Amino acid sequence: MAIELSETARGPDAAGRDPDRLRLMRRGALGIPALLLVAVFLLYPLALLVELGFHAKTGEWSLAQYERIATTPIYLLVLWKTAWVAGLVTCIDLLIGYPFAVALSRARGWWRLFLLAAVLMPFWTNLLVRTYGWIVVLHPNGLLNSILLGLGVVSEPIELVQNTIGVLIGMTQIMLPFMVLPIAAQIERMDRRLLQAARSLGASPRRTFLHVYLPLTLPGVFAGALVTLVLSFGFFVIPALLGGRRDVLIAQLIDFNLTKVLNWEFAAALGTILLAVTMGIFLAAQRWLGLNSLWTEAR
Amino acid sequence: MRLSRGEAALAGFAGLVSLFLVLPSLIVVPMSFNADNLLRFPPHGFSLGWYEAYFGRDDWRLATWNSVTIALAVTVLATTMGTSAALALVRGRIPLRNLYIFLMLTPMIAPPIVSAVSMYGVFARLGLVGTYPGMVLAHTVLALPFVLVNVVAVLQRMDWRLEQAARSLGASAARAFFEVTLPMIRPGLVVAAIFAFITSFDEVVVALYISGSSAITLPVQMWSGLRFEINPVVAAVSTLLLGLSVLALLAIGFLRRAGAGSTV
Repeated sequence: MAIELSETARGPDAAGRDPDRLRLMRRGALGIPALLLVAVFLLYPLALLVELGFHAKTGEWSLAQYERIATTPIYLLVLWKTAWVAGLVTCIDLLIGYPFAVALSRARGWWRLFLLAAVLMPFWTNLLVRTYGWIVVLHPNGLLNSILLGLGVVSEPIELVQNTIGVLIGMTQIMLPFMVLPIAAQIERMDRRLLQAARSLGASPRRTFLHVYLPLTLPGVFAGALVTLVLSFGFFVIPALLGGRRDVLIAQLIDFNLTKVLNWEFAAALGTILLAVTMGIFLAAQRWLGLNSLWTEAR
Repeated sequence: MRLSRGEAALAGFAGLVSLFLVLPSLIVVPMSFNADNLLRFPPHGFSLGWYEAYFGRDDWRLATWNSVTIALAVTVLATTMGTSAALALVRGRIPLRNLYIFLMLTPMIAPPIVSAVSMYGVFARLGLVGTYPGMVLAHTVLALPFVLVNVVAVLQRMDWRLEQAARSLGASAARAFFEVTLPMIRPGLVVAAIFAFITSFDEVVVALYISGSSAITLPVQMWSGLRFEINPVVAAVSTLLLGLSVLALLAIGFLRRAGAGSTV
């Protein structure tokens, strides 16, 4: 499932050294076209973007863009709010996703199929379709408000879109599968005999869960939380469509500076920050947690 | 079998979460048959007007056509290049292998807005903004990691002794690959191809920047239909896309049951 970082290339009969090596190198060359494409059309553009962020508007090298971010309260607020929203979405998804993954692992037959379909369906549904669905649900004349009004819970429609609530609700739902799937995969991999052992040695169900079950699922929890956090950090579509003008997160700020203000250098510096945070979290996860499967299990 | 109270509560909770995951998307279906153009729930009356508007208007038809053709081209390109990269990883030797994997996964890791903005600068200079080739190249880059990851998973489960057997019985390397290996990994390749298609077909952020005004795709058209005022045609399009997603999900489930595939 994951890309193993070990050497799997060598065939079982690796007796003849040199021709074997040549063959492996020749096969390795099959990887060049894909790398070239990614290098020319993404890696090089990303490098240019990072470089551009270290220029002043006038063209010379400078840290002016970063100084501007660090000294302008509104930009710091955007960064803070982005981190806050991403963190909150990750926490809520963990609280919802963990029990859901446990339920998924225990479900059998049609019930399992239903839960599995519910968590996989969002991956295959266009993001804009799901966003539109949320607009219909959360709009002042939408589903939720008409239910609340009908039940007499509220006397006039409550504002759920064009504000932070809408962004949080939408992002929580959209990110949930990224949390559930790694945890569920980890539960599947768990050695059930350890649970039986704990129980037979006299541990209560509660103690078995806290000291055996939970620790065994932690790699999945970390993987899910990291993917959710990183994806939430750079999210653009949901905040732009469900949020209000005061809910600008970093991705929208980049878009705004590029398309409206045409301040390329500033947009580049913001983009570099976002890229650095994302790559940093990814590399840290790879290094410390060995989560090679992080991105492969997410989809 | 009787459920304990704890288990029943857990199952009930999971049921509620499933509804939270699925219902907001399904709500677009009744909205698409709405007779008026207000964003009001429940919808009033029944009409196929938004479907007529979708099929009748040139801008929506063109956007759909662009999306399909671009996604098909991306599928072919990304599946061939991704599969050959996967073969290189599993069966060959690549210097600085970990770095290679990291670089190849970058399109999946980098935030879409950062990819979009940086690509825009280079694509504009190359005259690729607002062109088919530009959109195909951009989306192929984004789809490659998904193909790579899927095909590597399939190749790692494959029994290579069969290819060696073919070789030792005198088949050329090419013949052994096309007649033994390829048929074995075909279900996995189809899954990878579907991933590539959907990656391009659903992608909106990079498309917003690269599609310009002459290669507008369906998600970009939907974006404009949601950004400032809600255009009800989006409900009809959404319902059609939802049907397509269900088909894709069923196809993947079938293929993964049929052959080599991963667990999710």
